[in-house]
Amino acid sequence: MAVKDAIIGWKQLPHGCFVLEPGNSEKFKTGDWKSQRPVLDKEKCIKCAMCWIFCPEMAYTKNAEGFYIVNLDYCKGCGICSNECPKDAISMVPEEA
Amino acid sequence: MGNRVGVEVSIAVADAVKLCNVDVIAAYPITPQTHIVEHLSEIVADGHLDAEFIPVESEHAAMSCCCGSSAAGARTYTSTSSQGFALMSEIVYIASSMRFPIVMNVANRALSGPISIWNDHSDIMAHRDIGWIQTFAENGQEAVDLTIHAFKVAENKKVSLPVIVNLDGFICSHVIEPIIMPTQEEVDAYLPPFKPIYKLDPKKPVSMGTVGIPEVYTEAKVAHNEALKASKRVILDEWKKFGEMFGRYYNAVETYKTEDAEIIFVTMGSISETAMTAVDGMREKGEKVGLVRIRLWRPFPNAEFKKAIGKARILAVLDRALSPGAVNGPVGSELKSLLYKVPGAPKIFNFIAGLGGRDMTLERFNEILEKTKLYDKKKPTENYEVIGVREL
Ligand code: SF4
Ligand code: SF4
Repeated sequence: MAVKDAIIGWKQLPHGCFVLEPGNSEKFKTGDWKSQRPVLDKEKCIKCAMCWIFCPEMAYTKNAEGFYIVNLDYCKGCGICSNECPKDAISMVPEEA
Repeated sequence: MGNRVGVEVSIAVADAVKLCNVDVIAAYPITPQTHIVEHLSEIVADGHLDAEFIPVESEHAAMSCCCGSSAAGARTYTSTSSQGFALMSEIVYIASSMRFPIVMNVANRALSGPISIWNDHSDIMAHRDIGWIQTFAENGQEAVDLTIHAFKVAENKKVSLPVIVNLDGFICSHVIEPIIMPTQEEVDAYLPPFKPIYKLDPKKPVSMGTVGIPEVYTEAKVAHNEALKASKRVILDEWKKFGEMFGRYYNAVETYKTEDAEIIFVTMGSISETAMTAVDGMREKGEKVGLVRIRLWRPFPNAEFKKAIGKARILAVLDRALSPGAVNGPVGSELKSLLYKVPGAPKIFNFIAGLGGRDMTLERFNEILEKTKLYDKKKPTENYEVIGVREL
């Protein structure tokens, strides 16, 4: 679980609680609390990249075929991609309890 | 050594800030701090100091600018008072938790309402827990010296915390006093250029001011508090070095005629000068009284205070702020908790006086002494008493 990585003692905390390593948020898998996940219908997708642009977590990456594929380790399930998709190619599916 | 000059304390403080060669001043004028920042803006505008003077639109912006400039590695100064301090409140906690060594003079003034531009300690006591180092000057010389000392302490890599130097509004800030102004050579020798531990630098990126999830927040607070407590050693050490350089020595707590004193007054700030005169008068009448003045308020100098009161039987603690609904005044609360169940601890009587510019006269000190002697025999019904209030 992501939070375990943050469990350090007060003596180990960086000065001023600064983050000293650029881009280290990648190490924190923040996608573990979503209640729904985006599911792509490749039949409908026109590869316009709107999902990639709007995702606030930058969870999408383009694959070899040109589709935008979500990384569920970081997706928080907000549904913005689904909302912005002009082709209704992304449906939000509830996470299993 | 510098010349002894007759100068308004605010002007001298501004000159001291100039001597410290600050890079950025972000401030908003507010009575009774105005002369400090006005004079600094003149100094910068006239080209006598190579600094950015940012005339911000509010105190909230002032402290925000200070955080930004300190983060960028600039030696940063501001000053405020009362309502202005209240308006910057949100950001002062951030400055200390992010360990920015900003120096600020607070020209102490009452908080509204009713509207009062006059002196007491309610502005700083409302900010007791902001995590800054806090000292109290008694007079102009001290305000100058503590301000120079503040930069040295703040920027010490072991400390890296912001410092407030309090001076009483009007009764210290606006008085013309003889002050020995240090020379530029002396200050340069005492205060090396600021070298931040981390700064905002695209070549070496860091993130400052990130979120602290519940798994981290407690540790962050403890780390800050431990740094503040540990700063005492550096503060005392730097006062020693200041003394060696400038010939004026300072302690966390000062004593006056306490050696054989049975009753000790406890004060902070300029009221202490009146208190010394009061003690002299009482001693002439055979009263065994003395004075302890707290200069270092945060971190509180526990050991030094206990040592200073020696074997006194009674402390008469003066607060210049009222803590509504509390058990005592802020200083009274502090000292009663410090000495609770300490074997042989003195009785403590807490008096609140000099609110919103009400003069603290020798007669008032006499009244406090009489009440203290009375309460020694007959326990008071209240934990603290407001002196000089009209009970009508
Ligand atoms: S927004 Fe919709 S259509 Fe466009 S790339 Fe993403 S999934 Fe495909
Ligand atoms: S649901 Fe939200 S976080 Fe997840 S991929 Fe879509 S836009 Fe990104």
